[in-house]
Amino acid sequence: MSRFEYLLRLGDNALILSQRLGEWCGHGPALEEDIAITNVALDLLGQARNWLTYAGEVEGRGRDEDQLAFLRDAGEYRNVLLVEHPNGDFGQTMARQFLFDSWHHLLLDKLTGSTDERVRGIAEKSLKEVTYHLRRSTDWIVRLGDGTEESHARVQSAIDGLWMFTGELFEVDAVEEEMQRAGIGCDLAALRGPWMSNVERVFTEATLKIPKQTWMQRGGKRGVHTEKLGYILAEMQFLQRAYPGAQW
Amino acid sequence: MNDWPLWEVFVRGQHGLAHQHAGSLHAPDAETAINNARDVYTRRNEGVSIWVVKSSDIAASSPGDKGPMFEPANTKPYRHPTFYDVPDEVKHL
Repeated sequence: MSRFEYLLRLGDNALILSQRLGEWCGHGPALEEDIAITNVALDLLGQARNWLTYAGEVEGRGRDEDQLAFLRDAGEYRNVLLVEHPNGDFGQTMARQFLFDSWHHLLLDKLTGSTDERVRGIAEKSLKEVTYHLRRSTDWIVRLGDGTEESHARVQSAIDGLWMFTGELFEVDAVEEEMQRAGIGCDLAALRGPWMSNVERVFTEATLKIPKQTWMQRGGKRGVHTEKLGYILAEMQFLQRAYPGAQW
Repeated sequence: MNDWPLWEVFVRGQHGLAHQHAGSLHAPDAETAINNARDVYTRRNEGVSIWVVKSSDIAASSPGDKGPMFEPANTKPYRHPTFYDVPDEVKHL
């Protein structure tokens, strides 16, 4: 069952962040950004479909991607807390994206060496997309951080607020350990070093500071979420809850 | 955002072809313009290469010059390479 849990974590991260980014549709600060953000959202949605489809097969109870996405309650979701954090302003969305992309890229890169053929395949496909996501969010962090006084202040305050949700990205528990032993997953704790050096490099260029606070909030990976996730699911799952089995 | 300059986007559809004008977009700088062009114009697998150039850097002929610029060519069909048979093997001509 560890593998099912593990695949849910991968799928739910992509699904919830995709749903969050989708909220920007029609509200982007410029038409070009509107298209770019929703494009990233669609990439992540495609990744979520791949992970959740495989999760359903591994579970073996006949649940497909739709049932996993639309019929699980908040406590059954396994995404990290970072991705359910509200969009806030554009700087906050980009800060969340950059912190996540930096980690996501390292993780997928490791998973391209997975002993599980399906995991390897999905990781290889996703890595190409995430390489671009990271490039885009990096470019924006540098521009906002090293931009105007206001953009600098806003993005710094966004980073200060989000920092406590970054610890969970590297948290190793029994599921992670088992996946690593089986060669399916990787050593999450070992990603912290490269992640931090990338963040430091970009923040230096962006004239931003890494928050000093060390206390980290956690829980998403075992289903203990912030109250925000309930609102996301209420919107995302409404149709299937109100009209069970409805199809396009 | 209102002061973002306008950029003209040129996309090369496949290797061996020339870049074609795809459209224009707003972006604060060249790098972001390329990122945006990727999302606006190549997301359905349209390209292998992107050029962007500031619209203000493009020098254009004036619509009023249509007569002197283009009309003299109308009466000179011998300038068109239409008197040759193109072999079937030649592509992209």
